[in-house]
Amino acid sequence: MSTKHSIVGKNLRKVDGFKLVTGRPAFTDDIHIPGLLYGKILPSPHAHARIKRIDTRKAKALPGVHAVLTYQDVPRVPHTTAGQAWPEPSPYDTYLLDSKMRFVGDRVAAVAAESRAIAEEALRLIEVEYEVLPPVLDMEHAMDAGAPVIHDEPDSKGIHDAQHNLAGYILKEIGNVEDGFREADLVIEREFRTQRVQHCMMEPHVTISWLDSDDRLVIRSSTQVPFHARRQVAMILQIPVQRVHVIKPRIGGGFGGKQEMLLEDICGALTLATRRPVKIEYTREEEFYMARSRHPQILNIKMGVKRDGTLLANKMTVLATTGAYGSHALTVQGNTGSKVLPIYRTPNMRFECHIVYTNTPVAGAFRGYGCPQGFFAQESVMDEIAHELGMDPVELRKKNMIRLGDIDELSAQLGEGRKGLPRHIRSCGLPECLDRGAAAIDWVRKRQEYAVASISDRRSGGQRPPLQAPNSHLRRGVGVACSMQGSGIAGVDWAAALLKLNEDGSFNLQVGAADLGTGADTVLAQIAAETLGVTLDKMIVCSGDTDFTPFDVGAYASSTTIISGGAVKKASEKVREHLLRIASKMLDVPVDNLTCRDNQVVTKCACEKSVSMEDLAHYAMYKEKVQVMENASHFNTDSPPPFCAQFAEVEVDTETGHIRVVHLVTAVDLGVAINPMQAEGQSEGAVAQSLGYALTEEMLLDGSGRMINPSFLDYKMLAAKDMPKLTTILVETDEPLGPYGAKSIAEVPINAPAPAVANAVFHAIGVRFYKLPIRPEDVLRALREKGQ
Amino acid sequence: MNTMQLCLIVNGEPKQWTIAPGDLLLDVLRREGYFGVKRGCETGECGACTVLVNGKPINSCLMFAAQTEGCEVLTIEGVERDGKLDPLQEAFLEYGAVQCGFCTPGMILSAKALLAERPDPTEAEVREALAGNFCRCTGYLKPVEAVLAAARVYRQKGRKTKIEKRKSKLAS
Repeated sequence: MSTKHSIVGKNLRKVDGFKLVTGRPAFTDDIHIPGLLYGKILPSPHAHARIKRIDTRKAKALPGVHAVLTYQDVPRVPHTTAGQAWPEPSPYDTYLLDSKMRFVGDRVAAVAAESRAIAEEALRLIEVEYEVLPPVLDMEHAMDAGAPVIHDEPDSKGIHDAQHNLAGYILKEIGNVEDGFREADLVIEREFRTQRVQHCMMEPHVTISWLDSDDRLVIRSSTQVPFHARRQVAMILQIPVQRVHVIKPRIGGGFGGKQEMLLEDICGALTLATRRPVKIEYTREEEFYMARSRHPQILNIKMGVKRDGTLLANKMTVLATTGAYGSHALTVQGNTGSKVLPIYRTPNMRFECHIVYTNTPVAGAFRGYGCPQGFFAQESVMDEIAHELGMDPVELRKKNMIRLGDIDELSAQLGEGRKGLPRHIRSCGLPECLDRGAAAIDWVRKRQEYAVASISDRRSGGQRPPLQAPNSHLRRGVGVACSMQGSGIAGVDWAAALLKLNEDGSFNLQVGAADLGTGADTVLAQIAAETLGVTLDKMIVCSGDTDFTPFDVGAYASSTTIISGGAVKKASEKVREHLLRIASKMLDVPVDNLTCRDNQVVTKCACEKSVSMEDLAHYAMYKEKVQVMENASHFNTDSPPPFCAQFAEVEVDTETGHIRVVHLVTAVDLGVAINPMQAEGQSEGAVAQSLGYALTEEMLLDGSGRMINPSFLDYKMLAAKDMPKLTTILVETDEPLGPYGAKSIAEVPINAPAPAVANAVFHAIGVRFYKLPIRPEDVLRALREKGQ
Repeated sequence: MNTMQLCLIVNGEPKQWTIAPGDLLLDVLRREGYFGVKRGCETGECGACTVLVNGKPINSCLMFAAQTEGCEVLTIEGVERDGKLDPLQEAFLEYGAVQCGFCTPGMILSAKALLAERPDPTEAEVREALAGNFCRCTGYLKPVEAVLAAARVYRQKGRKTKIEKRKSKLAS
């Protein structure tokens, strides 16, 4: 596919790369603002409490303190912090500041002071008397009769059943799963548990706000959703949208954690109170317990198959907790059903989910958005079915997987918190992903020989050396798992782009899209440059600024390449038409004989006439007196899924319980890769996060709801030397709904490494794990129970 | 507040700054406009604030500025020379080793210290040298490839300068 294009499909350098490798000031906090105050939030020490009395007089009297805000000082506007398109499908259950505390880390008060030291001292001087309430920490008891009610306030809206701590509830069924189970030869039902983990983007949340010379509130923030943040801040602070200007500079990673309006409101409130510039940044510790995390889930999954492996029924029942607030509660969990179950065809599917409040850190959007939990469960059971039937796990998947031309009706039932649209499969490279991934890990041979050695400790016959040393405490195994995702939210996500010609033949590409380190600016510039026949260096990209770019929902749901890219392509095509019309006059050649190529407009025929973009721009601006400038908007009524097959090879030390991932192969159908190198990078990063999810990462809470490991010392992310060999295979397909055939890549590779590792561990030692992370002590305990 | 004078060399330029005795090197460098020094954890765990002090990579969030009296400090801003990118910076761009770019300055500086000591490192040595620089975007493969590629360029350059020196000796 890449051969017919000159810019699309090429490994071009990032358009923002130079400033990043040279350390130029580019991030939110890389700015000196005269008179800047330091903002700080007082976190609740209790998981569940009511403020009986709060006295800020001593704090206010401290020299250098400019404002102390409590719930008594700010408007009470129910809202959600979820950065979603209006009307948000998340409940409006959150307040700028409140008199009730719902988790350790909830906002008690906020101060703005001359320095960080003074701000911290001011927090210590705030006197608070709490009525400590019994907390709900265990999601399995959140709905119990008599359980404390977390959201007992009368003014919250959109909560499914506040009296039972139920933030959201989902039940959808296609066909009748019980009929399917009756017909099945084999039914397997298992329970899985997934933990609370965090994004750990390297740049913690940071917001700086000030009043500009027109008294408008300017908010410079590390956000994935500048336009949603503008709308939400305006609503919460009760000022017109017109008076808010949100700027998204370079962002140090987000992974969904910044798809939240998290600090913008309180920072803005402090600026309005002091009329001074204010900065609030989370420390790493605060980032852990005051920002967002992945929803922990307990999943019960029951699958029924015929003896030949044909799937007859698939039933998933989930209990999830959203923590203290319902940000993304319904939609993340909806995804656990709508993007997981339909990867395998079956006439009978049922998904039921209770999403409960607990007095724990708030969950939110996190790369994968409900899918990593669901695929861990489903792909583990698929492996178990293959084992029971004596089938190759790859073959079982191939037999059942969704195919080109299929229409997935479950996603029509499970939309973005409301009824959705059916998903038509217009491109599908999953079979090729399985084949090429299997070849890359040497699946057939290792599957057979590791198993032989594991079971009998005998040397395998034949000429080949044994893959597994006999009687060794090191056991190897290989495992596979598949997944899919979406590319934007069907019928909801939309974006606009504006493209403007300058007199030297360069172009301003203005997009609302929010590059948060993903490479979106580069990919969008490549789409524009390809369409206009110019080199990438002709593109000046401005992104994510609510004053200077058109609207975009923001960077989430793997939407940017397909949705924002769609808008860029449309705008570029309109500009191209305009350029050709002008060139036609200049060259006295009909438009249909012209094309854009190599920074010029050239004739298609043999006459070889041409005009450079620069000359054309001069002519347009100074002769025709016209600004060549076009904008376009784009949305899709479908969300084409990227597909992924991932293979893990592990080595389990049966003496220490340590699981070493030796090799992780990702074969991913992303449509057409606009920039293959960047696409690989997205996949490799997702794999690293998922391996942490599988083996090491977990936010641990004590009996009072306080996180006990809020640091990188105690919360183990994988470092450079912890990583296995990675192989990434981009399986290209041509997606009709995507610009130049592109779908998406950002999320899908995070879904299946964890189950692939778990399945490989089963292959190595014959023990199946139903809970993440799989820690050495879990392995040792399981081996002991097994009698080894 | 107590203040003191700090004299040091930053990116080859002598500097004299007024600091408080308890100021951290990270805070002082950022205050003086070296924004390439990133604040990621302030507890010496993430490596985003890595700078070289007398050629050694350190977490500037764990060092008092006062401790750098008379020292040579290199930040990412000083890695590019005469408007030309260092081979490490070129390689990070060429190999797609930069995603969000927040950990990039620290990684490049850790790699620079490694290559000064070991011009021909193994992949394992590169991974060990980068082990203190967390990156949540890349999965580390492309940064490791970039460092190995930059090492090749450094070695080639080293050979070239040696040959040129020999040539100029012969000529004289």
